[in-house]
Amino acid sequence: MEDIILEMRDITKIFPGVKALNNVNLQVKKGEIHALVGENGAGKSTLMKVLSGVYPHGTYTGDIYYQGKVCEFKDIKESEKLGIVIIHQELALIPYLSIEENIFLGNEQGRHGLIDWHVTTTRTQELLATVGLKELPSTLITNIGVGKQQLVEIAKALSKEVQLLILDEPTAALNEDDSDNLLNLLLEFKQQGISSIIISHKLNEISKISDSITVLRDGATVETLNVKEDNITEDRVIQGMVGRELTERFPKRESTIGEIIFEVKNWNVYHHLHADRKVVKEIDFHIKKGEVVGIAGLMGAGRTELAMSIFGKSYGQKISGQLYKNGKEIHLNDVSQAIKQGIAYVTEDRKHCGLILNDDIQRNITLANLNKISKNYVIDENQEIVVAEKSRRQMKIKCSSILQKTVNLSGGNQQKVVLSKWIFTEPDILILDEPTRGIDVGAKFEIYSIINELAKEGKGILVISSELPEILGICDRIYVMNEGTITGEIAGNEASQEKIMKCIMRNEELQEKNTKCILSK
Amino acid sequence: MKTLMQMFRSNIREYGMVIALVSIVLFFQVVSNGVLLQPLNVTNLIQQNSYILVLAIGMLLVIVAFQIDLSVGSIAAFVGAMSAILMVDNHFGVMPGILISLLIGGLAGAFQGYWIAYFRIPSFIVTLAGMLIFRGLTMTALEGQSKGPYPEVFQKMSNGFVPDLLGGSTIHVTTLAVGIILTLIYIYFELGHRKAKQEYHFEVIPMQFLIAKLTCVGIVINWFMYLLASYKGIPNVLILLFALIVFYTFITTKTVVGRHIYALGGNEKAAKLSGVKTKRIVFWVFVNMGVMAALSGLVFAARLNAATPKAGMGFELDAIAACFIGGASTAGGIGVVMGAIIGGLVMGVMNNGMSLIGVTIDMQQTIKGLVLLLAVAFDIYTKSKQS
Repeated sequence: MEDIILEMRDITKIFPGVKALNNVNLQVKKGEIHALVGENGAGKSTLMKVLSGVYPHGTYTGDIYYQGKVCEFKDIKESEKLGIVIIHQELALIPYLSIEENIFLGNEQGRHGLIDWHVTTTRTQELLATVGLKELPSTLITNIGVGKQQLVEIAKALSKEVQLLILDEPTAALNEDDSDNLLNLLLEFKQQGISSIIISHKLNEISKISDSITVLRDGATVETLNVKEDNITEDRVIQGMVGRELTERFPKRESTIGEIIFEVKNWNVYHHLHADRKVVKEIDFHIKKGEVVGIAGLMGAGRTELAMSIFGKSYGQKISGQLYKNGKEIHLNDVSQAIKQGIAYVTEDRKHCGLILNDDIQRNITLANLNKISKNYVIDENQEIVVAEKSRRQMKIKCSSILQKTVNLSGGNQQKVVLSKWIFTEPDILILDEPTRGIDVGAKFEIYSIINELAKEGKGILVISSELPEILGICDRIYVMNEGTITGEIAGNEASQEKIMKCIMRNEELQEKNTKCILSK
Repeated sequence: MKTLMQMFRSNIREYGMVIALVSIVLFFQVVSNGVLLQPLNVTNLIQQNSYILVLAIGMLLVIVAFQIDLSVGSIAAFVGAMSAILMVDNHFGVMPGILISLLIGGLAGAFQGYWIAYFRIPSFIVTLAGMLIFRGLTMTALEGQSKGPYPEVFQKMSNGFVPDLLGGSTIHVTTLAVGIILTLIYIYFELGHRKAKQEYHFEVIPMQFLIAKLTCVGIVINWFMYLLASYKGIPNVLILLFALIVFYTFITTKTVVGRHIYALGGNEKAAKLSGVKTKRIVFWVFVNMGVMAALSGLVFAARLNAATPKAGMGFELDAIAACFIGGASTAGGIGVVMGAIIGGLVMGVMNNGMSLIGVTIDMQQTIKGLVLLLAVAFDIYTKSKQS
């Protein structure tokens, strides 16, 4: 037992309406690099937040043993004191402070509230040398690239005398060179006896550097693989990540597919802030009447950007390409035009972009189509109640009344309110972005049934989802997207999770080779 | 009965305001030995507070849209100065004078609205700048002097009364008649509302409750009109206020545009993704605020019978305070016109009442500040309890 630095036993964490972690177990040996893999929503980040004290003791059940002792962290400071440092996916650096100020933020070097700048600078120089970053300690964070910022985060972790370093998708935003650099650094730390837990979607990286791999699925531990002994291949890991039964989780459906209702050609979108970064590249796709089309891919593949840019140019700049509805070209310059053309977009972020949380159910449902219940721009409130009541019955929204504020609803019911809003606009084409994110299995089933119902009415439906089983369970046809392009198109009955995963991974390997070719030239 | 309790609980903020206003009125009525509700004083109260109430109505829309406007006092002063230059110096007619003044207010609002909506500068900054700009322009235009007197018709807007067409001798009969007519209109609307609900087979409040409600409101309306009738009748400015309250209540509760303002204030991103033209709405909210500030400036100038460089100092803070005391949310998306009016009246009655019982101006400020703080604290407390 001595070589075990961390053991998490039977960790269960429940969010309102969802069981995020269900009796998860994790063992990390001293001085190893331990990879944590799983699909989006499998519970990886949640588990790490439990470990680091972001979710304090008492909000979960189960035990954490660290260096042989039971730990009950109340906040992140307590775990840091013991040398557990987490580096989050979104970097937590302050852009207009310098590297040294960031490294010692909350841990300022000095006494009596006065900062000793000599000590700060000297120690920063040492730390920067350790991580191999050649920048002045006084450089502002905003002036260095993401790869270097990542190194600053690691330097910050080192300054806290880290024993166990947790990295959440550290290479997601990095280019090839920066990633290699970072991974080599982790190997170096391993030599020094620092253990690491790395969460990543990039299986090639994981098999390159990690000693063991723990696979999570639906908030539960599936297995822990020993890379060296078991001779693990990527396919083996994928199998662990996705291997589950699909029966009974999706309502049955007979699809009757008609003509092409919506078509997108040569679609290009640039990043909303960085005018030279293309996030959607030359995309063509189409949807037929009565068809449920899926877009699979990892987070950051550009799927939401694609959908929002189509929906009245709600995202990005320098958007180019053509849209056709029923064969006729249409132009959607803002959201109200898109709604008028019968297009609806159900956001992935219902709390920030979907609902007016302070408003009641009724007002949320009618918001996108107030004209339908008004005469000369005056709203008929009685009509509004009729509409809302109808939605409540049809969608089975569980609430005390339609006057209940949406902030007090559960995730699944909130999602039903958002769906009601868009169904009330009477769309011909519905784009659903992560329609079941953060809601429980029962509500998921109901949402799938609604999707089927809509398809039956002859609407064209596009589902964006990071959950492969969902895509496979409900779609007639699947596009796979990666790095802003469509990398594959698979018919629903031929698709399997392995095929899709391979499609994503293959593309990453291809791109890797391409970039290497370019670099070697 | 259960639903009645529910209704009360969900609207506790609004009922709370009415209860607070009534208690404050009763308190000062007692400590001032009945002076507060004497007909002369009630008339005074209305005239003294009219310009703040006009501002509060416009400010409510601004605050609901999750913005703020600090420039209204300065714009009111600036428009007052412009109206004096038009009507006093250049002998414009009263009607063209007023219309041009309102237009100037609208343009001032459009100027600020442009920077806020299309240039994405926070409204706090833009209107802080506007506050300085328009105050400076006022002083320049007036060369530091007061300008007056205005034509008599113009003064009547703030100081005049509706003439008694029915020729009462000791009491203003027209005012009483108006009271009865208003009561009838109110009853008509309530019954119509009930009937429409019944046609849709919705639940309606039981008839006996409705009758009790109608009786209460009827008594209040007629008692108030009786008070006014015992002095000089209905002040002209009360008609203006009444029209504004009705109009803006209608806009905010019944129209698509009103709904869009609330949606925008509640969650701008979600509103935008639901097809609300957020920029355009913010722009027009500020244009509207400009016009309301102009109207307030005109009412104030007419009451003083002069445009002064110092006019409207601190009006913005009174208007903002009125909205927040009246239950508007600091996070946007919540607030009603009647709330802002009640908030304004709470402040007005406190000013007036404290003056009546001889509290010094310095102390009045302190007490008003505390009331604002407590009102918002109460608001946040009830909200945290609800969730």
